Amino acid sequence: MSDNYVPKSAVGKWFNDRLPLLNLIYGHLLPYPTPKNLNYWWTFGGILTFCLVTQIITGLVLAMHYVADADLAFASVEHIMRDVNYGWLLRYIHSNGASLFFMAVYIHMARSIFYGSYKEPRELIWIIGVFIFLLMIATAFMGYVLPWGQMSFWGATVITNLFSAIPLVGESVTNWLWGGYAVGSPLLTRFFTLHYLMPFLIFALVILHVWALHVPGNNNPEGINVVQGSQDTVPFHPHYVVKDMFALVVFLIVFAGFVFFVPNLLGHTDNYIEANPLQTPEHIVPEWYFLPFYAILRAVPDKLGGVILMVSAIAILAFLPWLDTSKVRSAKYRPLYRQFVWLFFANVILLGYLGAQTADGLFLIIGRIATVYYFAHFIIILPLLGYIEKTKPLPKSLSEPVLSPEERQMKAAASGASA
Amino acid sequence: MKISTNLFATFLLLLSFSITQLHAAGEMKEPMHPDWSFEGPLGKFERASLQRGYQVYTEVCSGCHSMNLLSYRNLIEEGGPEFSEPQAKAMAAAFEVKAAPNADGEIEMRPAILSDKFVSPYENEQQGRAANGGAYPPDLSVMVKARHGGADYLYSLLLGYVDAPSDIKLDDGVYYNEYAKGQKIAMPQVLYEDAVVYTDGTTATPEQMARDVTMFLTWAAEPKLEARKRIGFKVISYLLILSVLLYFTNRQIWKDTH
Amino acid sequence: MSEKQVTRRNFLYVTTGAFAAAGAASLAWPFVDQMNPDASVKALASTEIDLRPIIPGQSITVMWRGKPVFIRRRTQAEIDEAKKVNLADLPHPEEDSDRAQNPEWLVMVGICTHLGCVPLGQKGDYNGWFCPCHGSHYDTSGRIRKGPAPTNLEIPDYVFLNESTIKIG
Repeated sequence: MSDNYVPKSAVGKWFNDRLPLLNLIYGHLLPYPTPKNLNYWWTFGGILTFCLVTQIITGLVLAMHYVADADLAFASVEHIMRDVNYGWLLRYIHSNGASLFFMAVYIHMARSIFYGSYKEPRELIWIIGVFIFLLMIATAFMGYVLPWGQMSFWGATVITNLFSAIPLVGESVTNWLWGGYAVGSPLLTRFFTLHYLMPFLIFALVILHVWALHVPGNNNPEGINVVQGSQDTVPFHPHYVVKDMFALVVFLIVFAGFVFFVPNLLGHTDNYIEANPLQTPEHIVPEWYFLPFYAILRAVPDKLGGVILMVSAIAILAFLPWLDTSKVRSAKYRPLYRQFVWLFFANVILLGYLGAQTADGLFLIIGRIATVYYFAHFIIILPLLGYIEKTKPLPKSLSEPVLSPEERQMKAAASGASA
Repeated sequence: MKISTNLFATFLLLLSFSITQLHAAGEMKEPMHPDWSFEGPLGKFERASLQRGYQVYTEVCSGCHSMNLLSYRNLIEEGGPEFSEPQAKAMAAAFEVKAAPNADGEIEMRPAILSDKFVSPYENEQQGRAANGGAYPPDLSVMVKARHGGADYLYSLLLGYVDAPSDIKLDDGVYYNEYAKGQKIAMPQVLYEDAVVYTDGTTATPEQMARDVTMFLTWAAEPKLEARKRIGFKVISYLLILSVLLYFTNRQIWKDTH
Repeated sequence: MSEKQVTRRNFLYVTTGAFAAAGAASLAWPFVDQMNPDASVKALASTEIDLRPIIPGQSITVMWRGKPVFIRRRTQAEIDEAKKVNLADLPHPEEDSDRAQNPEWLVMVGICTHLGCVPLGQKGDYNGWFCPCHGSHYDTSGRIRKGPAPTNLEIPDYVFLNESTIKIG
């Protein structure tokens, strides 16, 4: 389909003969055959692309005014908020954009988990996605350090100190990271540099992610294979371009609600206090999107153990395609998995809740149980389910879904009535 | 699936509860909540209150608290107290700042001008500490955004000085305040009846002064609040219309797909 | 599908597209405007200078809006030289009296009108200023006489607040 595209204009043809860029774009964005039954959970891929581009553009612009120096960083952010034309808008878009980006990526991941999009032949799409998620975490963490408020400073201190858990070389590694003996200006400047670099790496991975997606084509809510170009598919444009646009605009309404009316709701008040190396805030909490992982970190009484577990909690996602032994993709046709997947989501949210609490007493005990359950889901439940679960019969194609006898009757009655 | 969905919803509820609970943590009295004109989607500051608030800040607070992020020029900017330019120039000129080195390399004092930052009561933090028994009075530029409860909290704190219960012993330089964390604070009560004489003739009750200075500090922390809400209203209206248009376009496109 | 339906459908598409494009266009403005001079820069638009320390034949350079401004207390010889020039000989004809409010004091932006270098004082063929970058010669009134610069050195807005103080901007 992409090979037989001929640009209409002479200039387009001249260009395309020499560099078939238009072919590439045309093939991936316009007639690309897409399953016709994708629901709104599938619009988050487009929304995430928008988030990434928004963060890159606003970030680029903020970098024109920001100063990455421990003595000047806090004031330079306030300079952006007060003096730079529309600086307040750009900064609030960027800071809330990070939160909305994570909101969207969690929904995107949950959709993939629910409908089994990570399964054969889409394992690599999922693994690239895990790497994107990892880079997002690193980027967001480093970005949060830049305003150089109290949470920035102490967040950076706590997280970089995780590396001191490495046996033997821990201290050398932290000193190397800091460029000194504590968090300070050298760290701020290098974090700024890396924070600027990483979104472009994410962008490159996104291209691979989409490329890998377009080999087998999209999964769909039924989780069955669709024949490309059959009546089960519709061209990406205009069907999904417009549907994605609609979803994006609804998402933007939420986004704008945060930016214009509660821009600091998702932030922490302590970050409006300039960094003070002599005084730790009473209660250090990461941004909300890191809370589940923070809870796992704190569930372990051992320093090194906590770090390993937290890293494993993300790394284990990369093995999901093989930990899940079921051949059936969509939770729609997996009665047991459907229960467990909701339990898993609830457990992650519970961990998020616990991440915001002080780690003692009952909270700590629940945190430990939730952590164990998090890993049990991947290591015990998912592998077992593939063997013990009796899945429902799958439809042959999207055009002929399997119907229960009652549904079949109802449908017959309905078509009879309309005829 | 129903049961698990309900479970999921319960957890969502718990999560939102946890956020509110987190803010309430720390055994403090829930702050008072006066009606602020700047709240709500179309909120604005009251000009007169901001102007009085500046007077309270300069006459009462600025002896101890700096506002390093503000400049005198901010006083005439749109969305703020909106003093006239001559008024603000006169206000600035009441303060002295260091001039640039003269031809002999000496640094003299000159009256402040609009482009100067608010003059700090201290040369440096150490001086501020020394003058206040070791407790550095924090900078007030973004104070409203730097405390849980924001404007409500500051307003309540300024009015929260009551006699300490007999079973509480207070050290020197520590005062009892219902709204402070642990009910103890290093700042003494400052707002007494007629602590300032308002130039516009308003009666200077402690409530009035607390209200005015809190309004002023809210503006100082978020000087673009009015523009933000104004633009936000337009943006959301635009997006709502666009979403309706896209909804119908989308429906039209999918009409023939079954 | 009837023609009427098609028209209505196209109208919907065009309206939606145009509405979205208008929004995208207005979104671009904050990203452009953020590069314009900000509020703190605009606030530094004027500066006051004490002239007392300058003796005749001496110049000082002050900063105004990030640019050098030459303030020269001219000697009588320099003033005479500036006044006697025939305007017809000048590439950019201007009377000296239009360039100096008080003939003794010449105040001008010290940036060559060619490509923005800072000219050297009391140099060049006309005993005024000489730009080393591409060889523009200015006279004792800062007017271009020879070389690639198209116009005379710029005179900023300034006023004498009193006999010994001027305010630029």
